[in-house]
Amino acid sequence: MLVIKVLGSGCANCKKVEALAHEVAGELGVEAQVEKITDPAGIFAYPILSTPGLVMNEKLVCAGRVPRKDEVTVWMKQAAS
Amino acid sequence: MSKRTILVEQPHAWNKIYLLTALAAVAWLAAYNLVQPLADWLAYGLLGLAHGSRLGEAVAFFLYDVPKILLLLSGMIFAISVVRTFFSPERTRALLGGKRQGVGNVLAALLGVVTPFCSCSAVPLFIGFVESGIPLGVTFSFLIAAPTINEVALVMLVGLFGWQVAGLYIASGLTVAILAGALVGRLGLERYVEDFVWKIQAAQGGLEEKLTWEERIRRAWESVKEITGKVWPYVVIGIGVGAGIHGYVPEEALVGVMGKNAWWSVPVAVLLGVPLYSNAAGVIPIVSALMEKGAALGTVLAFMMSVVGLSLPEAIILRRVLKLPLLAIFFGTVVLAIILTGYLFNLVM
Repeated sequence: MLVIKVLGSGCANCKKVEALAHEVAGELGVEAQVEKITDPAGIFAYPILSTPGLVMNEKLVCAGRVPRKDEVTVWMKQAAS
Repeated sequence: MSKRTILVEQPHAWNKIYLLTALAAVAWLAAYNLVQPLADWLAYGLLGLAHGSRLGEAVAFFLYDVPKILLLLSGMIFAISVVRTFFSPERTRALLGGKRQGVGNVLAALLGVVTPFCSCSAVPLFIGFVESGIPLGVTFSFLIAAPTINEVALVMLVGLFGWQVAGLYIASGLTVAILAGALVGRLGLERYVEDFVWKIQAAQGGLEEKLTWEERIRRAWESVKEITGKVWPYVVIGIGVGAGIHGYVPEEALVGVMGKNAWWSVPVAVLLGVPLYSNAAGVIPIVSALMEKGAALGTVLAFMMSVVGLSLPEAIILRRVLKLPLLAIFFGTVVLAIILTGYLFNLVM
């Protein structure tokens, strides 16, 4: 199963990333578990400076912006294979 | 994996982006030059309003300013967004590493202007900066400049006040960020940073993105869509109110209340600006109309810096990493610096 983490304090952009992760996982038919990491210590376990951050299988793939759907699709395909 | 195929990169999609951008640029130029004649024709021709009448002036003002500002907004945000793709918080941190107070404050304020930054990121940025050894005062200079010199405010100033005032605004925003940051740095307030910040084990490294030009343009388009989509109602409302003031409030009406000699107007303007956070788009057209009626430039600049730079939500976010005394000193210093800048401009201009 793919473990996806959304790093951030929970502002509007973080919610967009979370929704995007769910949406793409559904479209690809990937079984994914999406977690929200809001505490600073948890966020800083990854090499990140600005939120929102997106982590797939413990790898940081995007930071400081809301990615596009086609980007998330590529990352998720890579992480799931 | 799903059997559906998803087209991620079509070979010709990128060329389409270039073509689209070029077409948009041509359309933009044509539209920008047509705004004035079209507004005049609509107000005085089609609606038959009289030149020089109050209603005519107000309607012509509105019909000219709304499309002009929206065009400027999309065009300039596009350009600013392309520039910003060359900067990232990671790169800024690397540039600021090892810089001392002084030079560091200046550089941090300048980088604060061009580094893409969402106010929700204030906490991770703060932790990431101080963890990597960037002095507290330098970090503050960045955190003040980033929201204060904001792209929407800048565009509105260019459109409604001209390049000179927009330039003054950047200069005073930078000054406030440098001075307030330097002052906080001199006071040695590290003990008022929440203890957990120093204990966090931050992961090293960061995402290294190599962006192509196509990707930069694509991201710039996205931010144009996002920002314009968010602020256009405020632009319309703000210009509507401004147009009313333009047409109906008598000249010189505000000299007594917001003029140079009303010394108390600067601090009052700053206090009024705090709860109006992030509404630069709606506030600036109103302020621009007020200035026509006798408000002083320094008072107006102080008000605008307070609207965009000082916000209660940001204070609450920063409380997670700053103990109360430091938070109070930080905000107090910024307020003071803004008030002083306001007085300075009132004195000089």
